[in-house]
Amino acid sequence: MMGLPEVWFVIVAILWTGFFFLEGFDFGVGMLARTLGANEDERSQMLAAIGPVWDADEVWLVTGGIAIFAAFPAWYAALFPAAYLPLLLVIVAIIVRAVAIEYRAKRPGPRWRARWDTAVAVASLLLAFLFGVFWGGIVHGIPLTADGAFVGHSLMSFINVYSLMTGATLLLFSLAHGATFLALKTTGAVRAKNESWARRFDVVAGALMTVFAVWTYWAYSRGDVAALVVGLLAVGAMAVALLANARVRPLIAFWAHGVAIAAFVAQIFIALYPNVLPSTVDPADSLTVQGSAASEYSLTIITIVAAIALPMVIAYQAWSFWVFRKRITVEDAARAYH
Amino acid sequence: MPVNDGLLVDLSRLQFATTTLYHYLFVPLTLGIAPFVALLETLSWRTGKPMYRRLTRFFGSLLIINFAMGIVTGIVQEFQFGMNWSVFSRHVGDIFGAPLAMEGLLAFFLESTFLGLWLFGRDRLPRGVHVACIWLFTIGTWLSAYFIIVANSWMQHPVGYVLDPETGLPVLNDIGAVLFQPFVLLAYAHTVLGALVAASVFVFAVAAYHLKRRQHLPEMRWAWRSAIAMGLIAASGQMVVGDVLGVVVTDVQPMKIAAGEALWETAGPCAGLAIIAIPDQQARDNVWEWDIPCLLSILATNSVDGVVQGANELQAEYEQTYGPGDYTPNVWIAFYSFRLMIGFGLVGAAWMLVAWWRTRRGRLPSGRIFWAISIWMVITPWLGNMFGWIFTENGRQPWVVYGQLTTEDAVSQISPTFLFLSLPIFFLLYGAFAIVEFLLMRRYVIAGPPDDEQPMAGEPARPLPQQVA
Repeated sequence: MMGLPEVWFVIVAILWTGFFFLEGFDFGVGMLARTLGANEDERSQMLAAIGPVWDADEVWLVTGGIAIFAAFPAWYAALFPAAYLPLLLVIVAIIVRAVAIEYRAKRPGPRWRARWDTAVAVASLLLAFLFGVFWGGIVHGIPLTADGAFVGHSLMSFINVYSLMTGATLLLFSLAHGATFLALKTTGAVRAKNESWARRFDVVAGALMTVFAVWTYWAYSRGDVAALVVGLLAVGAMAVALLANARVRPLIAFWAHGVAIAAFVAQIFIALYPNVLPSTVDPADSLTVQGSAASEYSLTIITIVAAIALPMVIAYQAWSFWVFRKRITVEDAARAYH
Repeated sequence: MPVNDGLLVDLSRLQFATTTLYHYLFVPLTLGIAPFVALLETLSWRTGKPMYRRLTRFFGSLLIINFAMGIVTGIVQEFQFGMNWSVFSRHVGDIFGAPLAMEGLLAFFLESTFLGLWLFGRDRLPRGVHVACIWLFTIGTWLSAYFIIVANSWMQHPVGYVLDPETGLPVLNDIGAVLFQPFVLLAYAHTVLGALVAASVFVFAVAAYHLKRRQHLPEMRWAWRSAIAMGLIAASGQMVVGDVLGVVVTDVQPMKIAAGEALWETAGPCAGLAIIAIPDQQARDNVWEWDIPCLLSILATNSVDGVVQGANELQAEYEQTYGPGDYTPNVWIAFYSFRLMIGFGLVGAAWMLVAWWRTRRGRLPSGRIFWAISIWMVITPWLGNMFGWIFTENGRQPWVVYGQLTTEDAVSQISPTFLFLSLPIFFLLYGAFAIVEFLLMRRYVIAGPPDDEQPMAGEPARPLPQQVA
């Protein structure tokens, strides 16, 4: 029987899946615009493809964080100070990236634009990598005391080989996903470049997803059938994405990435359960789903709010993607950013 | 506890205070100007007059530039609660969960999705739907402010909870009380009226810049008149709401009012209001003060006979209830931030009255000083809003959650090294972006309303003529 704490454990996973699926391609586009764009117009074309949606995509992160705070206050309170270093870098990158995307358009001039484009690329790269480090670090665990608090004097509690590998996986996934998105949403030279780069990124991203799946299963979920299934699903979905991109079918690859990232998040949450934050000092001190959850009354209220609001959010966000379904041409972008 | 605990608390407070005040540089303008832009676009749609379209695009651009910074500096706060104030987060988690989840799911998605649709959807949406997008965005920003005020009001006056016998932490048991206690409704009205005043004075100052130069006259005359009307209505409302809120605060947080009035000894009936005072925190008395008789009783209790408790009596009461400790906030800060909040609010409103008289029936004064003052007036609502927050947050000290958790007990048990790393980063980053933001705003203000064919900041251009045909 699934109680409300378990329901919210799943909702947190869903919100982070939404974040990686949507913002993942925004991160990818942010990196690719600077590197694949032959000139200012091509860079504008790529950034214009995410222009109307990236801000709403980022709200999935904000809501994913709030959900941890609201449903699991003890998890939030132990996790965020422990992750001080990665989260500080995340904050800096979020600010720089948002301001850069918004402000690049506000003045003409190649130097002004090129600087902000570099800022978008670096910040996107950092974010995609750091969120992987963040979740890899959670699965790996941190030094927690018996009362479930983090007493920390080390900035490095989230830095280990497993968390860095998870970061690399999410980074390459974002590049592959971003290139696929651009192959779907642009025309001309930019489209052709991204079609071929999507394929190449998918090779590396698929390989890293495989390493992640094997490592996670072996180190944190050994013997768990559900973990095995979602691990295989992630690898299989990446293989489908690679084949689709190889045949220039970006729409299939795009949705295959969606399945892969959902399975990626599922592996993380299955590896954690019934914990939310393992202690590396003594497994008995780990924070659990039950032990860190908010009260029944509080959970009931946020469950009602989520049940009403989340379908509405998904509906109007999907509608906004439909409104902006047209491919962006380089001429559109040149006019938009004249 | 580590030996450098005091340092950790001070640095954490410095970081939270500066990043929050910085965030609040952007919030009032967004809250106040969003409905103004929505109204302009609605007028443009219904009347078809090009003037309204130009004004929509002009003030819309300024809204967008401002909004981007407001969002990202707000995200910082969500992270900072956990990173630097984890004991506080653990304490309020069960209560804050509901309003913050509502903010995320009901407000943030609404404002960000419909802002994107409004900004980029001009040529892809029917006109009415496009206008609806800016209204939905506006509703999102106002909802977001509401839920944050709910959380802050709970820190000022906790309601709707019981204490868990095992953990000692508050557990929510009445969401209605948390969402709709009188403190919330008044604090919210106070906040949005402060934002409307800020946006009015902003529009007023921008219009003054162009009227002084006799350029964009039809647009700027309209903006000028609307700003004065909106500003005076909001400021009048603010006087009523501020007064009622003062009475409620006197009731639920008497120490805040005692400190704000530098009232050490209990006074009344007919307690005098100190206009200027030199408080001495150590001696717990004023070195010197200048009073207006009876006014404090009237303002704080709505009655000449009202008795207002002084800080010394309250301190003794709190020692009885909570044990030994200093329960008096910094009286210098409380007293002067209170006066500066009100003073800056009144100055802005008073000057708008003057300006309305000087420009009645379409007159445009030629004096340079009149226009210079009108332009510089733009800083007054920002200072008023800042000092308002300083007053209310300082006045709650030493508590972070009134009567439950002190600020010094609320910090994360991290090394101060973390703060030595993050504080300079925030200062450098925020300082640099403040300059970029200011220069961009200035550039767009000076450029004036765009020609019809020019796109708005961040918005794609109009389609080429052949595509329309």
